Amino acid sequence: MGRKLLFQHIDKPGIRGLEGYRANGGYRSVEKALKTMSPEAVLEEVKKSGLRGRGGAGFPTGMKWSFLAKPEGVPRYLVVNADESEPGTFKDRYLMERIPHILVEGMITSSFALGAKVSYAYIRGEYFYVARIMEQAIAEARAAGWLGKNILGSGFDHEIHVQVGAGAYICGEETALLESLEGKRGNPRIKPPFPAVKGLYDCPTVVNNVETIAAVVPIVNDGGEEYAKIGIGKSTGTKLISAGGNIKRPGVYEIDLGITCDEFINSDEYCGGVDGRAFKAVVPGGSSVPIVPYEMFLKTPTGENRLMTYESLSEGGFAQGTMMGSGGFYAYNDAQCIVRSTWNHTRFYHHESCGQCSPCREGTGWMEKVLERLEHGEGRTEDIDLLWDIQRKIEGNTICPLGDAAAWPVASAIRHFRDEFEYHVTHREKVKDPKHFAREPFRKSAKFATA
Amino acid sequence: MAKVTIDGISIEVPDGTTILQAARMIGERNTADRHVVPPAMCYYSKLKTSGGYCRTCIVKVTKGSDKDPRPMPKPVASCRTAVMDGMEVANTTDPALIDARNGVVEMLLINHPLDCPICDQAGECHLQDLSYENGKEASRYEFERRTFDPIDIGDTIKLHMTRCILCYRCVKVGEQLTDGRVHGVINRGDVAEISTYISQAIENDFSGNMIDVCPVGALTDKTFRFASRVWFTKPVDAHCNCENPKCSGNAVLWMKGNEVLRVTGRKDMWGEVESFICNTCRFDRKDVNAWTIEGPRKIDHHSVISQGHYQLKREQALLASPAPNVPELAKRKELKDR
Amino acid sequence: MSARTRPITTTEGTKPFSFSEAGLAECKALMARYPEGRSKSALIPILHVAQAENDGWLSVNAMDAVAHVMGLRHIEVYEVASFYSMFNLHPVGTYVLDVCRTTPCMLRGSDDLIHHLEKKLGVHAGETTKDGMFTLKAVECLGSCGSGPMLQCGAGYHEDLTIEKVDSLIEQLRARNSRTNYTDR
Ligand SMILES: Cc1cc2nc3c(=O)[nH]c(=O)nc-3n(C[C@H](O)[C@H](O)[C@H](O)COP(=O)(O)O)c2cc1C
Ligand code: SF4
Ligand code: SF4
Ligand code: FES
Ligand code: FES
Repeated sequence: MGRKLLFQHIDKPGIRGLEGYRANGGYRSVEKALKTMSPEAVLEEVKKSGLRGRGGAGFPTGMKWSFLAKPEGVPRYLVVNADESEPGTFKDRYLMERIPHILVEGMITSSFALGAKVSYAYIRGEYFYVARIMEQAIAEARAAGWLGKNILGSGFDHEIHVQVGAGAYICGEETALLESLEGKRGNPRIKPPFPAVKGLYDCPTVVNNVETIAAVVPIVNDGGEEYAKIGIGKSTGTKLISAGGNIKRPGVYEIDLGITCDEFINSDEYCGGVDGRAFKAVVPGGSSVPIVPYEMFLKTPTGENRLMTYESLSEGGFAQGTMMGSGGFYAYNDAQCIVRSTWNHTRFYHHESCGQCSPCREGTGWMEKVLERLEHGEGRTEDIDLLWDIQRKIEGNTICPLGDAAAWPVASAIRHFRDEFEYHVTHREKVKDPKHFAREPFRKSAKFATA
Repeated sequence: MAKVTIDGISIEVPDGTTILQAARMIGERNTADRHVVPPAMCYYSKLKTSGGYCRTCIVKVTKGSDKDPRPMPKPVASCRTAVMDGMEVANTTDPALIDARNGVVEMLLINHPLDCPICDQAGECHLQDLSYENGKEASRYEFERRTFDPIDIGDTIKLHMTRCILCYRCVKVGEQLTDGRVHGVINRGDVAEISTYISQAIENDFSGNMIDVCPVGALTDKTFRFASRVWFTKPVDAHCNCENPKCSGNAVLWMKGNEVLRVTGRKDMWGEVESFICNTCRFDRKDVNAWTIEGPRKIDHHSVISQGHYQLKREQALLASPAPNVPELAKRKELKDR
Repeated sequence: MSARTRPITTTEGTKPFSFSEAGLAECKALMARYPEGRSKSALIPILHVAQAENDGWLSVNAMDAVAHVMGLRHIEVYEVASFYSMFNLHPVGTYVLDVCRTTPCMLRGSDDLIHHLEKKLGVHAGETTKDGMFTLKAVECLGSCGSGPMLQCGAGYHEDLTIEKVDSLIEQLRARNSRTNYTDR
């Protein structure tokens, strides 16, 4: 059993309410920070913890906080990114729904460290009911004096507001989120300037994921060093992984960073193995990270066991590795078609492109159309190279990383499953049946044996 | 001051200058060095916060600065990236960058109509120039192109959304030059469009400048009488004492004989207007006697000349294309029948 | 799918709109949450209120009312409303069924679910049944991937769906016959 830092009390009765949360040690970090620590000391603990952003990029949180500009007389903001729209990711929802006060607590403690008098939680519009739960928790916290003026007599004032979105994946990108929070279209900003200098309302702003901010609670309670004892190398602490796809036990798991991938996908404590067929592929960190064959997920290029850490998952680079991403894990069994899934991925990015920059605006739709044609048995051999070329021309040439995120699933699918794409060209009639591989799984070794 | 070197040519520029501006300074210093200037379809030096969208101006920063000489990992938009002292940049000298830029141009063209021969902007279109210089022979895009019906936005401006490349310049004109923007970008992704939403006239003293800043033929002057191929008209520099204090009164009259067919702003060597003019000058002052003629305008005939090449290239490509789409097929038939 | 459905860009044939008293009070409260001069931040929350008070969609009248209440230019409202996928720019049925179609749900059978609903309701995704009861929308990941296939109706998530479950859901909704909104408590 791994340690539980965020989920330690998640099954306790009444944990959703302030009383139940307090009874299980809630708001201790606020007491500790406001009464006994300076903002700098809190920042120092976060730095020591080695905590990395849990929203996808894995940027060290302490470092991000230390970049925050602090000009005199200008307000600073903390904005929590609860847009959670990366396909496969549902950990933040689970956390906010089950134990909302841990986020409120984390926001207060973090804001104290950052010197932010106001913070916002930007929650995707579809999570309206979650926003209500958060609002309720905030109201309880305010009534109990955890929010408002001069909290615990420390002189620190703080207010939290919940903001809802209205359906746009791109608003998870931090500058698009800020635009949306300002009441505009969710168009990512062109950087620089970065939010740490000019963020919300042109003021210095830190944007962090829900889980990142929640992790500040145990870090302040137990000390950054304690937190850093969990994990391996630069992957410290615990991580929430939301697991789905063709596994036996879908759900949200808090893992110690550093367990083996094999343990995660196959042990009964976590995913519990495949749902009755055989595993074929894994997307370990949300749809934007490269898809890898099951075997490659288990072993690194040097034949070692792959671990659930930022470093180990990306070992082998793009050619033979993938990424931790947001922790939106999903696995494919052999009934699934990689071409169909790639088409589905691309349709998502096409639908969600904000349309500001030409390679992403035009390229995502183009890829979708080519993939749709391939999947429906109307493709040509050249289409595979065409796809490769289109994704290559999007990647790295766009304003925000959505362009890269659209390119990588296509690139990795072609890289690892090219023969499946070829099969779609050579077996046009077969693939017209949408369940083509459910009835007759595609076997890599017996290349086209069933022709 | 910062020293920056682009394609091997160096210049000292004030801190905060963008790579694109620095490149233009090199080009202005010596026109023979103009090749260092990246193409810019959305940046407009006279419009704040413009640039960054189209990605045609991407360059490769091969050395970040003297302090931190590491190259930048990805191409950067030169119009939005400030120079650093000691920076080295490749614009035409890096094959990978050229390939990436060609990719961007291809993306801009996949949904762009092939109607250059009948487009009002032909000969003045920056996209046409760009595709001539950076385009592939044939489009690899075989799906139906996005189309919109042209609409009137007021009595003076026509919007052909089909041709729009979403450069946002006209939106910035609305924001920064007029006293209230009534049009903008609606929808998102590749169905985003320039629109007033509910049919509204864009009526404002300075709205006509949208036509001049539009890099393609998406916004055109409805009062351009006998909409004539531009190269059949004779441009002259002229000015008037416009009573509008914000209007420079410096314009170009596009004449046929003694008739003023069209009035536009004066464009500099980078295709940007030097100063903005008001709608009265643009749309209503069509009497040659209302102007003081300064003399013939030197127009960079670059695009007009390349028009011929371009069209030829497009037509040849079309005839050779393995899988043309429906409008292309119709066009191909027309070409074959000719 | 991503076929272009142009928004309704006229007030013709649509009913007038004004906020209810409660709605107006909510708008005012929302606008007061932000720092001085930043009340535009309330635009998206207020559009949700307007949509809920206008039979689940944003007509030009409704958007113009929002612009009026917030002191914004009309285009500022239109450009935002048309950006976000939860805002409907066409009339919708009593119930909007947002069925997730994204990859993790697809792995768990969302294609079949959508297909079934299309057949059962006799509409394509994106359309409304003739009786005005259901609008079927195929949407992108709703953050419930472990319990897919799933759909959202109003504020509620319906998860781990099977054909039987969705059939009985449809019957229940039909029998209840009262509008659901995302903002429902
Ligand atoms: C297209 C796109 C979507 C994103 N979506 C999310 C999201 O839903 N939630 C999130 O926390 N971060 C998301 N991110 C990452 C954020 O931009 C940002 O890096 C993150 O919120 C920073 O928080 P962290 O350092 O705590 O991870 C997204 C990034 C991109 C480019
Ligand atoms: S990469 Fe895509 S989502 Fe990001 S700014 Fe460009 S068009 Fe918008
Ligand atoms: S209409 Fe012209 S100026 Fe406006 S966005 Fe389109 S291309 Fe740019
Ligand atoms: S000119 Fe620089 S991105 Fe368009
Ligand atoms: S993929 Fe359906 S909810 Fe995430």
